[in-house]
Amino acid sequence: MTPNFCNLKQLAAVGLFFSLAGLTGCASNTIPPDALLMKEPATEIRQRQARRYATTDEKQVIIAASQLLQDLGFNVENSAKDLGLLVVSKDRSAVDGGQVAGQIVVAVLFGVRVPVDKEQKIRASVVTWPSADRKAIDVRVTFQRLVWDDRGQLSKLERLDDPEMYQDFYIKLSKALFLEAQEVG
Amino acid sequence: MFANRFITFFLCMAFTPAAILSGCNSAPKVNEAEVSLKLRSIQTRSYDTTNTNNALRVAMATLQDLGFVIDNADADLGTVSATKLDNAATKMTITVRMRGKTQILVRANAQYRLHAVEDPIFYQQFFTAYSKSMFLEAHEVDAAAPGL
Repeated sequence: MTPNFCNLKQLAAVGLFFSLAGLTGCASNTIPPDALLMKEPATEIRQRQARRYATTDEKQVIIAASQLLQDLGFNVENSAKDLGLLVVSKDRSAVDGGQVAGQIVVAVLFGVRVPVDKEQKIRASVVTWPSADRKAIDVRVTFQRLVWDDRGQLSKLERLDDPEMYQDFYIKLSKALFLEAQEVG
Repeated sequence: MFANRFITFFLCMAFTPAAILSGCNSAPKVNEAEVSLKLRSIQTRSYDTTNTNNALRVAMATLQDLGFVIDNADADLGTVSATKLDNAATKMTITVRMRGKTQILVRANAQYRLHAVEDPIFYQQFFTAYSKSMFLEAHEVDAAAPGL
């Protein structure tokens, strides 16, 4: 029997199969329309991430920030004194006891091994800026992290927004500068 | 009938890896396309100021406002690079240079995941935020004009 290659249903099925296979090869790379929009007002984010110090010595503020970040285990990746920029990062374990326990429970109940977080890279950039009246220096720090699971796959890419993390950073920076931090509106 | 099904199955199995791979070929995409004047226009604005240092600092502040972490900056070369991690990575580079004696040109380009961002709305949103922080009005730029 000669196979009938012109069977439309079969051709359609094969075409659909190939199309779907092709699509799974590449995740959507179109930028979402809200990629630049923030979920909360910029002023609230700035209040959390920025402080003002009554000094005119911008270099001193950057040095104090770099000392503090070294205390916190970060390595300096980049700096630009003329622009008041300091970029730092650190690699740490991301193993979480709860996640590992969950992995064991799922493996016992369903016989499936789910991946758990293993390593993380935390990145931060500190930007300083003389205030409009040139009598103070504004400091703004932003943190983000990348997490890899135990299969070596990137499992999380996220901004770190915990207010306590920022508050703690500025408490320490104030101590290092012997200056009191003011909120930036 | 059985032969038909067998051949269909065989074709699927034989060509599926090829179909998946054809979705992302691994050529080194250095010169992806001809330099598009339209894209350059979309990515560029001019401002009536000569303070490039301030323009770069405003770029960093704007990027931080938009949720980016600054990766790198160079005052001499007039560049700022930053990354936003929000389930996926968006990377942006801003360059600032003089245009004549009274203006600066600010150009932004971005990549999202593994692709260049060419959506005009994305750049419009960026320059709206940037212009607000600059307290200056952005001028559209004709990419075919001399000096660009």
